[in-house]
Amino acid sequence: MNLYFKYLGILFKSRMQYKASFFMQSLGHFIIAFTGFAGMYFLFDRFHAVRGYTFQNVLLCFSVVTFAFSIAECFVRGFDSFPSLIRSGELDRILIRPRSVVFQVLTSRMEFTRVGRFLTATVVFIWAIPRCGVDWTFGKVAILLLMILGGVAVFSALFMIYAGFSFFTVEGLEFMNIFTDGTKEFGRYPLSIYGKELLLFYTFLIPIAPFQYYPFLYLIGHSDRVWYGLLPLAGALFLIPAYAFFRFGLKRYVSTGS
Amino acid sequence: MIELKNVCKSFKVSKRNAGFKNAVRALFKREYEIVHALRDVSFSIGDGEMVGYIGPNGAGKSSTIKIMSGILTPDSGECVVNGRVPWRDRAEYVREIGVVFGQRSQLWWDVPVIDSFELIKDIYRVDRVTYRKNLDELTERLALSEILRTPVRQLSLGQRMRCEIAASLLYDPKILFLDEPTIGLDAVSKLAVRDFIKERHREHGTTVILTTHDMQDIEALTERVILIGKGRILSDGSFEDLLKKGKSGGTVEQTVAALYEELDI
Repeated sequence: MNLYFKYLGILFKSRMQYKASFFMQSLGHFIIAFTGFAGMYFLFDRFHAVRGYTFQNVLLCFSVVTFAFSIAECFVRGFDSFPSLIRSGELDRILIRPRSVVFQVLTSRMEFTRVGRFLTATVVFIWAIPRCGVDWTFGKVAILLLMILGGVAVFSALFMIYAGFSFFTVEGLEFMNIFTDGTKEFGRYPLSIYGKELLLFYTFLIPIAPFQYYPFLYLIGHSDRVWYGLLPLAGALFLIPAYAFFRFGLKRYVSTGS
Repeated sequence: MIELKNVCKSFKVSKRNAGFKNAVRALFKREYEIVHALRDVSFSIGDGEMVGYIGPNGAGKSSTIKIMSGILTPDSGECVVNGRVPWRDRAEYVREIGVVFGQRSQLWWDVPVIDSFELIKDIYRVDRVTYRKNLDELTERLALSEILRTPVRQLSLGQRMRCEIAASLLYDPKILFLDEPTIGLDAVSKLAVRDFIKERHREHGTTVILTTHDMQDIEALTERVILIGKGRILSDGSFEDLLKKGKSGGTVEQTVAALYEELDI
């Protein structure tokens, strides 16, 4: 863990060599995330509710997913940009260092500019939390934290699968963005509004509903099943097959040669 | 002790002709060509030896180094280094080897060299005292004191290479793999690197395996030379004996080039 912070320090120092670029990019990410929020605001200004969810309800979804996604993008960036790690030969270097591959991939890149999105999520959170009609108790706050952590796990798993694919083909991986960025976009609204099929898809295949939808139903009082609050943990199990797939790819890894 | 027995490695290389039509076709049906990078490679290198590993581009030098350092797994054959199989117990094995790729950096680009060194110390779990001792020695021998505080991106290639070599010796590896360590260096830097490798080998008894295209590196450093061509070991012995096989006369470079041609590699 100590070593992790040392890596973090060196990456942060590196990033701070280009301060202007850092602040501009962070601002950019803030604005991008904020326009997403603004879009929702204007939509609800007209329609007031979507399938029985109020604007404040939906904001809870929005901020949980934005939080989780920006944390994952910041700290799991190594997997998210894995093809470049292969192409530049950095993976070879990772393989000749006496630490676990996953640890070294995690510490190879961190994208601190995601602090911009993080900020949006925080602002929205602060605004929405007292207004979303949830009677906040200690347990409910814990569930909310669990939702975010579960989200980080699921998005990390998606990045890991993406990385796994890049062992087989380095090009044409854009289709994976449907699952990573697409999932983030879908996840802004409670998943049930897209219909039953998609909800099933996002429950069992790409498990974002376990951290975003079911616990959310419990929080806003649409369901009284307390165990819904623990489902983010089940969603986090998605990391296991993702990791297995990554290992499988790594085994097959044939270095690009120099 | 490094032992390779009948190591074979082949790569699948996808092929397609130029043009849009062929690109579309390649989407559905890929054509592969099998390239045999290594065929039946066997040799053994004793502790404390310094061995040159030469051959033309694409002969299989880098693949062999990658197998010996655990990055690649061979299709068949055995490779045992210090009693360990490199690609099994990877984490423990790599603790004992240093690898320098002349074409790639292992340092963190935007921070001073010393920061990279400190991080490497922690990655390899080198204790303070040993680290201090090694750092002082390397700083002195490689004349690093002026450049330790400079960000890597601002170093010249020669300065950077000295730092790269230092970085792979901070944790006292028993074996040092040098993959084209003098590539692109000016005469002064080349000499500095050569002298250092020689000294290090003499004083620490480090086993050194060196690949290079620079025959002067070989002349200056190694007593034993392994020649590889098209994935096969073609000769293994002293450099003088190798030169005798080629046509005599001309520079070392010319003799070796003539030898490559003659062997059709």
